[in-house]
Amino acid sequence: MERVNDLNKSPYAKSKSKKTLLKERIIKYFFTINSLVVIIIFTLIFVFLLQEGLKALDVIAIKDFVYKTVFENGEEGKLYQWYPTSEQPRFSLIPLILGSLLISIPATLISTVFGISVGIYLSEIASIKTREFLKPIIEIFAGIPTVVLGFFMLVVVASIFQDIFNPVNRLNAFLASIGLSFIIIPIISSLTEDAFNAVPKEIRMASYALGASKFQTVFRVLIPTAMSGLSASIILGFGRAIGETMIVLMASGNAAELSFELFRSARTMTATIAAELGEVSQDSAHYFALFFIGLVLFVITFILNMVAELILNRMRNKINY
Amino acid sequence: MKMTDIDIKSLIKNRKKTDLQTMISMFLIKFFTYSIVAVLFLILGKIVYEGSAVINRQFLTSAPQNNMTEGGIGPAIFGTLVVVFLMILFAVPVGIFAAIYMSEYAKDNVFNRILRVTVNNLAGVPSIVFGLFGLGFFVLFIGRGYDSIFGAGLFLGKPAMLWASATLAILVLPTIIVSSIEALRAVPRNQRIASLGLGASKWQTIKNVVLPQARPGILTGVILSISRGAGETAPLLFLGCAFFLPQLPVGYLDLGLFSIPMINPAEQFMYLSYHIFILATQSTNPTITMPIQYGTTMVLISIVILLNLTAVIFRYKFRQTMNEIKRV
Repeated sequence: MERVNDLNKSPYAKSKSKKTLLKERIIKYFFTINSLVVIIIFTLIFVFLLQEGLKALDVIAIKDFVYKTVFENGEEGKLYQWYPTSEQPRFSLIPLILGSLLISIPATLISTVFGISVGIYLSEIASIKTREFLKPIIEIFAGIPTVVLGFFMLVVVASIFQDIFNPVNRLNAFLASIGLSFIIIPIISSLTEDAFNAVPKEIRMASYALGASKFQTVFRVLIPTAMSGLSASIILGFGRAIGETMIVLMASGNAAELSFELFRSARTMTATIAAELGEVSQDSAHYFALFFIGLVLFVITFILNMVAELILNRMRNKINY
Repeated sequence: MKMTDIDIKSLIKNRKKTDLQTMISMFLIKFFTYSIVAVLFLILGKIVYEGSAVINRQFLTSAPQNNMTEGGIGPAIFGTLVVVFLMILFAVPVGIFAAIYMSEYAKDNVFNRILRVTVNNLAGVPSIVFGLFGLGFFVLFIGRGYDSIFGAGLFLGKPAMLWASATLAILVLPTIIVSSIEALRAVPRNQRIASLGLGASKWQTIKNVVLPQARPGILTGVILSISRGAGETAPLLFLGCAFFLPQLPVGYLDLGLFSIPMINPAEQFMYLSYHIFILATQSTNPTITMPIQYGTTMVLISIVILLNLTAVIFRYKFRQTMNEIKRV
């Protein structure tokens, strides 16, 4: 006993423990700094977009982002157009926002049906063996580069579509929606599966024990219970659809028109940035307008993400109780 | 007696109805699922069928010729490899260290909550916005700034490999962080307690107990991020992707007596995914370039799928080992 006490009291032990303590603290700060870098990067992106995007408001009035007033034959008219390079540039974001919605809403609807089906199949119906086989396949689907899907829509599917639907434009909003749904289905399906797996087993057992059929258990018990998870997955999928660039750039036809027709060309906010930023001169009104679109996109996806996260957090708390 | 008779009859009727409901709904769900799988195989099949006709050694190594109508995609493969390598160099250390902080050190405080929200939101930022940021911040702010301060002419203030990989690094950071955290959390808690109980310090525990076991899981995240980076196009559109480069972006580092060839990260580059985009949308003669396009697509798809499959297998094995450890 005395020996141990001696050892603990010895100056060597003390100095060593101090040294390790210091080392431990330095290591902890090192890791903290690295995670701080992540926050800094994110803030930097936001601040930078804000700074460059708001410069657009110095050159272009906020009203001009909605419509441009023109006088023709003595009559006042409003033009909702995106023609940033013409002599009288028009910067209305309305056709672009409309284009984004016209493509991403159908895409989200299609993906919801298919994505939730896949999620239900994987978590409730498929045997373990089938699941182990199907899950990697769905994951591979999620990993296909968007440029490949865009190319496939542009070259192969567009021709098939032309024969079936006889669209106004060969490349149109609906084609882009179908292309988009390929990348959103895996997102929705994997989140749906998670949401179903989070439902406690007892609830399922209780439902079956009361004599409910599989249909009743899935649609009357599991889906209502997992509803928050499902809605979060749909919101996240929608956010991804709004932000996706390559597929819409290649398959939507890129005509900024004010139309609600699915079989006409449409132009999204993302495709506008992608197509025009390469040719724009720095510090021009057009350049800042593109950053403004970027800011709008950033804010939209940020809000959608936050909403989805709030819903998921509430779900987790509910299930924990 | 009569009452139960009616009950049984209605029960049987009800049973038949629910059986039919179940049958139809289960059939639809199965149908939707397998049609997705079928579409995937159709897409892959078409690409492999058309692509495999063009792929040979010469196609993989030579440069495009005759206005892209002949030749191969050697420079594009080279560019992809270099940019992805640089991206990994930038992203992996920060990502893993941040993940170690979040899973091992962080307490449930405001900072950690902000950090989690940040990582989630970073994953949701549209890739084209990263492109805007890369051009505005890296190229014009840092690059031009460096050039004007050091009087380097136009050295870093232009779209280049360096900035492309830095931007991609930010893009894949959430992928690395999320899967690293998952891997670290999978290591059972009592192992940490045992190590700390034996007198090891926190860092010794992380270094000798947690990290070695989490390594395959972390590697999964790295592999996934490589595949994500190689497939990404949108942010690279204005970050130095070239339509066509006759020479590899190789510079010679002059050391007086002799010079050594070095990859010059301040140069433009060709990229597989961008090459597909260009061939699909700006080809001078689509019928002639189509086989090359399918070939390029097949090369990219093979790289991405191989990486993803490796990641899937790695993760599967990792989870199995972790389950075994937990059972013991």
